[in-house]
Amino acid sequence: MPLRLLKYALSKEYKETRFFRENVTPKKSYDAVIIGGGGHGLAAAYYLAKDHGMTDIAVLEKGYLGGGNTGRNTTIVRSNYLTPEGVNFYDASVKIYEGLSEELDINLFYSTRGHFTLAHTESAMRTMRWRAEVNKHVGVDSYVVGPDEISKACPQLDISCSGHAPILGALYHGPGSVARHDAVAWGYARGADRLGVDIFQSTEVTGIDIKGGKVQGVQTSRGYISTPRVLSAVAGFTPRICKMAGIDTPIVIHPLQACVTEPMKPWLDSILVSGSLHVYVSQSSRGELVMGSSLDPYEVHSTRSSLDFVEGLTSHMLDMFPFLSNVKIVRQWGGMADMTPDFSPIMGKTPVEGFYLDAGWGTWGFKATPISGKTMAATIANDMAPDLIKPFRLSRFEEYELTGEKGAASVGH
Amino acid sequence: MKLLTCPINGVRPLSEFVFGGELRDMPEAECSDKEWADYVYNRNGAPGLKKEWWYHSPSGTWFVAERDTLTDNVARTYLYEQEAAK
Ligand SMILES: Cc1cc2nc3c(=O)[nH]c(=O)nc-3n(C[C@H](O)[C@H](O)[C@H](O)COP(=O)(O)OP(=O)(O)OC[C@H]3O[C@@H](n4cnc5c(N)ncnc54)[C@H](O)[C@@H]3O)c2cc1C
Repeated sequence: MPLRLLKYALSKEYKETRFFRENVTPKKSYDAVIIGGGGHGLAAAYYLAKDHGMTDIAVLEKGYLGGGNTGRNTTIVRSNYLTPEGVNFYDASVKIYEGLSEELDINLFYSTRGHFTLAHTESAMRTMRWRAEVNKHVGVDSYVVGPDEISKACPQLDISCSGHAPILGALYHGPGSVARHDAVAWGYARGADRLGVDIFQSTEVTGIDIKGGKVQGVQTSRGYISTPRVLSAVAGFTPRICKMAGIDTPIVIHPLQACVTEPMKPWLDSILVSGSLHVYVSQSSRGELVMGSSLDPYEVHSTRSSLDFVEGLTSHMLDMFPFLSNVKIVRQWGGMADMTPDFSPIMGKTPVEGFYLDAGWGTWGFKATPISGKTMAATIANDMAPDLIKPFRLSRFEEYELTGEKGAASVGH
Repeated sequence: MKLLTCPINGVRPLSEFVFGGELRDMPEAECSDKEWADYVYNRNGAPGLKKEWWYHSPSGTWFVAERDTLTDNVARTYLYEQEAAK
């Protein structure tokens, strides 16, 4: 490596190869077309090629890779959910993440920090105990701790929260981690590209061609592509794509915002979440505090950010960490969260043959990137969803069989 | 600060309001389970001009807003009784 570096230092031109081929013109037809070059679409492409030998695949991205929610999230990875179905699913994802830097040969800065979900009320403590029992039952490292253990892990935290909302305890989850989100998209993109998948940026899908209830192809800004299989992995754009396909879903779009402070020396090891104060925080490998809150309160299809959000968030941050009062916020941004009524995703087949949906990732889908890619690839290859994602099928709503995760996903993403 | 017009109290800061979701017609009680599920769960999530319920919380007023969910521009607001019910 150092030799290679030296070679670049001495050379006049930069000869490092591109991360993936720069494709311009799609072929006339593909075995499968994936809409959306976020982590989920790229991971599905990678596993279709790697696990199922399907390499005649196009990924179509209207902007740039990872420019959607994949590059906008606060990167928390955890599996301490509320339903056994959810815990099993997210745990499978955490396990893939742990070896993913190695597999994709890219440093994802995957950093296991330990994750505290703080409880300020008796009813919150009850939910923590409930989650801990479900988690333990499924074999996930998760248990309830008291204020002393929280103070030990994070001595800077004011346990009384300025007297407003004293912390009674927390759900502790050892495997809770953060990672570099855009590297996840790039790693999967390079992996898929090397296996022969064609990736097109600046290529928008504008229509879905369906005849006799079956997918025939897609209209794009670079012409028509015929294909028997289409995966929609477009997060905040799902209602638009579903409208093109004539599919009804419960998904509505709310903005979700986040922000970072100026960089500081490392002082915060753990990831902290407070549902009552509507804040969560971790410190990035660059030293910035990465912070977020709950959803914006009403539907908007926009990535705009607002002053209300930073004001609300920082006032609660100061309840927890009064010493941060002089620290500056340097950046804020928003993404479009595709929300479902039960805070679980919608994955699998749809009423249109050959049209598959990977959506409803709301505020919680970054952690699921590897497992959703793997299970959606299996769904497409076999035209049948694996058992692991059956609880997330679109038909669960008309069957009145929801997978309720609100208690574990509404603030802690 | 974003403002919204309550049909009774006039222009007020958005923080005084609560979003109540899209205005939709409830099916008859004798409808099928499938129709009921469609009403309870499915939404017209695509962006566009929509009729929505909003609530002015200090005065307890429910009203209808016509709002573009792409641009977040409110075209007009009115009481349900005045118009939408007809
Ligand atoms: C502020 C914020 C914080 C979050 N924090 C967390 C967190 O801590 N932990 C966690 O697990 N999750 C978190 N999430 C959620 C997570 O980011 C998403 O669920 C996840 O990244 C979704 O990935 P995706 O690949 O499905 O979608 P995206 O990354 O959004 O990719 C979809 C892509 O589809 C493209 N597209 C859309 N329409 C078309 C079209 N017509 N043609 C072609 N391409 C199209 C878009 O340009 C986009 O690039 C957060 C989200 C936000 C906004």
